[in-house]
Amino acid sequence: MPQFAIIAVSILFDGLAYAMFLFITSVGLSITMGLMGFVNLAHGAFAMAGGYVVVSLTRTLGLDFVPSLVIASVLVGAVSVVFERGLYRRLYKATDLEQVLLTIGIAFMAIATATYLYGPIPKSVPLPAWLQGDINLGFRTFPSYRAFLVVLGLVLIAVLWYAFERTNIGAKIRAAVDNRRMAESVGINVDLLFTLTFAVGSGLAALGGGLAIQLFGLSPSFAVLYLVLFLIVVAIGGLGSLKGTLLAALVVGIVDTGGKYMLAEAGGFFIYAIAIVVLLIKPAGFFGRE
Amino acid sequence: MSDVPAQDRLSVDKKVARDRAAAYLLSRHHFQWPEALPWLFAIAAFFVFPDRMTFGSQVLIMVMFALSLDLILGYAGIVTLGHAAFFGLGAYTVGLGAARLGWTEPVSGLFAAAFVAGLGGFITGWFLLRYRGLTLLMLTLATAIMLQETGNLRSDLSGGYDGLPGLEFKPLFGLFEYDLYGHTNYLYVLGVLAVMFYLVRRIVYSPFGQALTGIRENVRRMNAIGSPVHLRLVTVYTIAAAIAGVAGALFTQTNAYVTLTVFDFDNSAKVMVMLILGGTGRLYGAFLGAVVYMVLEDYFSKLSPTFWQFGIGLLLVLAVLFARRGVLGLFEDASKYLKRFRS
Repeated sequence: MPQFAIIAVSILFDGLAYAMFLFITSVGLSITMGLMGFVNLAHGAFAMAGGYVVVSLTRTLGLDFVPSLVIASVLVGAVSVVFERGLYRRLYKATDLEQVLLTIGIAFMAIATATYLYGPIPKSVPLPAWLQGDINLGFRTFPSYRAFLVVLGLVLIAVLWYAFERTNIGAKIRAAVDNRRMAESVGINVDLLFTLTFAVGSGLAALGGGLAIQLFGLSPSFAVLYLVLFLIVVAIGGLGSLKGTLLAALVVGIVDTGGKYMLAEAGGFFIYAIAIVVLLIKPAGFFGRE
Repeated sequence: MSDVPAQDRLSVDKKVARDRAAAYLLSRHHFQWPEALPWLFAIAAFFVFPDRMTFGSQVLIMVMFALSLDLILGYAGIVTLGHAAFFGLGAYTVGLGAARLGWTEPVSGLFAAAFVAGLGGFITGWFLLRYRGLTLLMLTLATAIMLQETGNLRSDLSGGYDGLPGLEFKPLFGLFEYDLYGHTNYLYVLGVLAVMFYLVRRIVYSPFGQALTGIRENVRRMNAIGSPVHLRLVTVYTIAAAIAGVAGALFTQTNAYVTLTVFDFDNSAKVMVMLILGGTGRLYGAFLGAVVYMVLEDYFSKLSPTFWQFGIGLLLVLAVLFARRGVLGLFEDASKYLKRFRS
């Protein structure tokens, strides 16, 4: 295979794995923001919490990686309901600024707590044997872990798509995103719906946080560092849109990976450039409503 | 009554209304004695803590930075997560000028910084201020990080994350050397702050400032009465950017170094937290917030940075839940309560 094609395949594959991580982590944020217009800067903190729960379960309790991921997402999803009922609920009708401040405050407290409990040094996680090493797809070998990420991402997309487009609850969510007042008028309990999506979204974020450990390492600054990426995915995808979030995750994932292959010293320059261009042309994102 | 034509009656009414509005604005514009307090404290601090003047200068710089944010956030209601972009532009204008061009005269450096940061504010504001909500938050945030990445990309010029260390500046006005204790710097920063404060005070009490408050309170109505909303927003954004640029320039000059961390999201968030703690849209909120924040940070982050970060997070949550108008808002509420209690 010519050199150029090898690089292109590597970029596409790594970009795809990265995009799956971004999609899994951001999709909940997109739906909850679409439902309530709530600017949640603490979403990265839930992802970080998921990561640390996975670290504790595998390192301290000696559980396997995959069951730990499941337990972490359920746990964080359940705890997020407490935050939603206790704090977020009070500010649904408040201004952007107040929501930003509340959630930055929560994120700061989460970072401090994580630093206190786990220290500032990045953590790693023990992987089972089948996730280590490479997998041979005939023409090339790929890291097993990234292949796992791609497969998991595709499965989750299918499940979410089914839940969103083919179930009763999914129809209610879509109705509430489109027009919350109207949905309430026809008897949909949007508050309850929001609590539910918030819990699922935070659980998925925790799953993303657990998956990210192997990719980037996990340190307390994760909560803010990657939050910017999640927000960019949500903003350029369009609030409350599943396919928008997927498209945005793919664009950001592949562009960022490509940028780092081609011009490493540019860092995240390309993502921010893309975010600015997309938002200037389509302020509500790819599939958002103006 | 009937001998006055309808047209004249209307113009008389108009004149009465205009006079009343002008009298109201003038009465707000008048200097009130309590306003001298922060300045007296600042001068007193110079004599009481002569060995903490380096820290004092940093506090005053943050006051100026918070003041510039107050202009756009508190008065015009623009929520931005990227105000550090302009602080950084000012800081690097002076830093690059000194390190690469040998432009070490401090006061003219301030003007250059104000110009560059103001230009940055004008260009980005022209494009970004059409948007609101999450889109605007993301665009402002991305702008600041783009500048940081650009600086990192040209690290041959900017020095990257190692920054530009060991800058030297000419004596102030060619007369006053910088001493080890930062006494000259403190007075220099205080002087510049007074000028900036006068400027901001004039702006917020002018009809232009009233229009900004109108935009914050109800942008649709301002559009409906024909106020040039976008132009007003871009104007105030440019002015605020220029003031933030001056604060950044002073930061570089007083520290004699600058690194790319000035563009950090943390820097944008920090100044917003200061302003919120002090109280937005009330001029002196910036003073109180910045002083309280910096002093607490100085004390607690020496004790334990983790504890400090938790505390500032908790303060933010509490402020949003219970004291949405900041510490000054709390004072107002308390004094109102006391008055009612007495009567």
